[in-house]
Amino acid sequence: MKVSYFPGCTLRTKARDLDLLSRRCAEALGVTLEEIDDWQCCGGVFTTARDEIATKLSSVRALKAAKAKDQMLVTVCSACHNVIKQTNHAMQTDSDFALRVNNYMNIGDPENQPYYGETKVLHFLELLRDVVGFERVQAAVKNPLTGRRIGAYYGCLLLRPGKTMAMDDVENPSIIEDFLRALGAEPVIYAMRNECCGGYITLEDKGLAAKKSSAVLADAKSAGAEAVITACPLCKYNLEKNGGGEVPVIYFTELLAEALGIKED
Amino acid sequence: MQRIGVFVCHCGTNIAGTVDVKAVAEALKSEPGVVVSREYQYMCSQAGQDLIREDIRENKLTGIVVCSCSPRMHEATFRKTAASAGINPYMVEIANIREQVSWVHKDMAQGTEKAIILGRAAIAKVNLNTPLTPGETPVTKRALVIGGGIAGIQTALDIADAGFEVDIVEKQPTIGGKMAQLDKTFPTLDCAACILTPKMVDVAQHEKIRIFSYSEVESIGGFVGNFEVTIRKKARYVKEEICTGCGLCTEMCPQKKVPNEFNLGMDNRRAVYIPFAQAVPKVATIDADYCTMLKSGKCGVCSKVCTAGAIDYKQKDELISEKYGAIVAATGFNPISMDKFDEFAYSQSKDVITSLEYERLMNAAGPTGGKLLRPSDGEHPHTIVFVQCVGSRCEACAEKGKEYCSKICCMYTAKHAMLTRDKYPDTDVYVFYIDVRTPGKNFDEFYRRAVEEYGVHYIKGMVGKVVPEGGKLKVQASDMLANKQLHIDADLVVLAAAIEPDKSARPLATMLTASMDTNDFFTEAHPKLRPVESPTAGVFLSGACQGPKDIPETVSQAGAAAAKVIGLLAKDKLTGNPCVASSDELMCNGCSSCEKVCPYGAITYIDKEFRMPDRSTRIRRVAQVNPAVCQGCGCCTVACPSGAMNLRGFANDQIMAEVDAICK
Amino acid sequence: MATEKQNEMRREQILRSSGVNPRKCMKCGKCSGTCPAYDEMEWHPHQFVQMVADGDIEPLLKSDSIYKCLTCFACVDRCPRGVEPAKLVEAVRLSVIREQGANHMKPDDIPAMLDEDLPQQLLVSALRKYAK
Repeated sequence: MKVSYFPGCTLRTKARDLDLLSRRCAEALGVTLEEIDDWQCCGGVFTTARDEIATKLSSVRALKAAKAKDQMLVTVCSACHNVIKQTNHAMQTDSDFALRVNNYMNIGDPENQPYYGETKVLHFLELLRDVVGFERVQAAVKNPLTGRRIGAYYGCLLLRPGKTMAMDDVENPSIIEDFLRALGAEPVIYAMRNECCGGYITLEDKGLAAKKSSAVLADAKSAGAEAVITACPLCKYNLEKNGGGEVPVIYFTELLAEALGIKED
Repeated sequence: MQRIGVFVCHCGTNIAGTVDVKAVAEALKSEPGVVVSREYQYMCSQAGQDLIREDIRENKLTGIVVCSCSPRMHEATFRKTAASAGINPYMVEIANIREQVSWVHKDMAQGTEKAIILGRAAIAKVNLNTPLTPGETPVTKRALVIGGGIAGIQTALDIADAGFEVDIVEKQPTIGGKMAQLDKTFPTLDCAACILTPKMVDVAQHEKIRIFSYSEVESIGGFVGNFEVTIRKKARYVKEEICTGCGLCTEMCPQKKVPNEFNLGMDNRRAVYIPFAQAVPKVATIDADYCTMLKSGKCGVCSKVCTAGAIDYKQKDELISEKYGAIVAATGFNPISMDKFDEFAYSQSKDVITSLEYERLMNAAGPTGGKLLRPSDGEHPHTIVFVQCVGSRCEACAEKGKEYCSKICCMYTAKHAMLTRDKYPDTDVYVFYIDVRTPGKNFDEFYRRAVEEYGVHYIKGMVGKVVPEGGKLKVQASDMLANKQLHIDADLVVLAAAIEPDKSARPLATMLTASMDTNDFFTEAHPKLRPVESPTAGVFLSGACQGPKDIPETVSQAGAAAAKVIGLLAKDKLTGNPCVASSDELMCNGCSSCEKVCPYGAITYIDKEFRMPDRSTRIRRVAQVNPAVCQGCGCCTVACPSGAMNLRGFANDQIMAEVDAICK
Repeated sequence: MATEKQNEMRREQILRSSGVNPRKCMKCGKCSGTCPAYDEMEWHPHQFVQMVADGDIEPLLKSDSIYKCLTCFACVDRCPRGVEPAKLVEAVRLSVIREQGANHMKPDDIPAMLDEDLPQQLLVSALRKYAK
């Protein structure tokens, strides 16, 4: 099957592996990620203000592009996923916002079809769970990660706000743990897995970012994780740069590719 | 033609202050059927009633209209007045010119105009009224109490002491309910078992009480005074009448790994078990989910060791049918699941527990023999954090919490904190609260003692996150008064989980056709004036199934429910409300609309033979109303598409006449 | 000092833009109990709710606290009353940086902050949060 794909800024630059392995793994599982033409950066964070329009248009353009092809829109980066899903939710539920966005879209394009959040937005992990199915992922595993004790790092963007992201239980999530089990690894549950790494604050307050990131890794380590996995380049950067380096941080796709036996193609 | 008298009440200045009562009386004089119309200062007074009676006799009135306060207030009064003067009480109509006119209007002219209109409507209705006579039904002098916790126990004892037979249906193998699991009770700190178990024994020994333990209500039919109930007595694989409760089987059973629900899974029991030492009935029960003999046919140890020969692996569920005059719901409560509140790490650490689990940890008969030990490693905890309102007052999260205050948590948390400090002075005890709610006799004094004498740290704020790390629980919380974020390394975290009605309450309410609120608490007939009665006649409410309650309140309500049941069972016959629905069989088309909307299950359909105009006969399906069950709500009359359904005393033509009179 | 009228308009704009109804707050303090940036903030999440409700907005506008919120939405999901304090913090921050010349971070500052691993995502996020 084919789905629309929004790589995002970082997967094009610093996180090329994440992009490459996502495509390769998807292909191995029978899903083609079709990159949206001329996509624009999502902006990295969702501005919750209801009167903030322009900063959300790039997400709406991506959503419309997927709608035009009647496809789901899949993202890999947690941040893109958060921004696009929240924007889509606002298009569905905030009629005032949707009206203003559609008015913008009409400028210079009188043929423009209004958009009201029809596209389904999925994170790559949701694609694996809800479309491919973890049992099919498990069946495709060639090198099971037996005995590897891995901690899932959700951070904030994947899960919250819970009602909008609707991905998993915000306080006791299981999607990455189930993913790890499908790969044959042993998930390590630790309480800080859904706490913030510090996010963008690292640019102006390294100290705060260090406090947050190191608390996450310390907890993962004390719970017995030999590595933590993430879907977010910024989480990875923070945890590695500011987290004290006690536990390696890797993208979830790297483990997936390894288990599927396609990492070194 | 009716001869109608109109009586306009001043209600002191309550009505006369905003309504020109003389003008109203004058204007209504010329309405059709009116032969006399007058006003008086207090119609409900003895003098006022005498005046009405005199007029009825002198003017040979056939009906009266009283323009006064709400019919809820004095309709019954004026009906009695009319009856004593010789006219049918249902020939009385009230025009509510107080609550609906004088109290809501400021302008005299407007108020007067509206009062005249309401009076005119009532007169129009009386013109079409017919005398009504209530029917009578016999009463079965036996009560059913559903639920054997302290609420059910107290209700049953009070009814039985008045000389009526009572059956208790309890789904667990023993009565006792939640109270049997508690250690001490606030605010006097007497031991729960010491005050509960004598009552349990009283129940067992009372000649008027039967206990159906390990049983559930299967179906309920009938109506007030005449309920027909089927009870499913689940197979316990032990002959109840033979078992002596010696407990030998529970010691010899080789299946030792069954989570013990009485201790909330904090220790194990055997597959054959007696929940606790003071259980009533003190009879063993075999847990079919775990018994090797029942599952695979290989074992039989309990049967071999039982000297009484009470074990019966072939026992089957038994259905018992019984008739009751009244039913009391006493289905109780449970703490909600903590699954959705994992910011407190309940699923991640054994040392994060609920208050009910803490109760078992403090109890001498609990999994630790009453020593306060951490579930994870059996160590003595030094720093204990209590979190209040977990899932209570939670409006944003209907799918995980409850919008209401659970009412009992402030007090039991104060109790836990106080007892902990009393027994273990080496502990540091923190209580995080949003508000401390202690409105009860000696309650606030109790809470203040926890703070002032026992040195419990009460902190205004909420815990945001608990992280189990290195054998400790890192608690992050706010202290709003100090304007600080606190980080406490705790050994034990205790969550005051919200409480919710037992899951059996909803299906029971459906069987009873009793109404519930959105939280699945039973609704009372009137929140202030009829707090222990369901709106469904003959159904009464006892304990936390009606709303969160502590033990003192539960026991008072249980007694009140018993008093209402006794009042009902003391009657030989019940006088019904004649204002019930009735179906015109010739017009009924058998569509079932009325049956579907009836909240009381009062409507059934029968096949009835009708003679047709050509003298042939035909069987038609028609609605029939059971007047003893019908509460006169009128839903069916609205739903009926053919107009066959009518409410006596509020017939369609009467309502239309009122509307016409208002719109004239 | 802003006039009372300006202050009231600002308050209304913040409430409209955030969609937050501060009256729903029952002052339990869970937002502040859960906030990962609490110690770096002069005004804490529960105080934002209270102060906006009271119209006491000037101190918030002037405080660095508006740049310390990590937008992790923990307070949004854990608030028992659905008040969503993070949305209020965001609306106050926007109310500041939307004004002429009030950007908290300027593009010229960025080169000095770069290191070779720094993901682009961090720059766009920071610019979105700190500048209009």
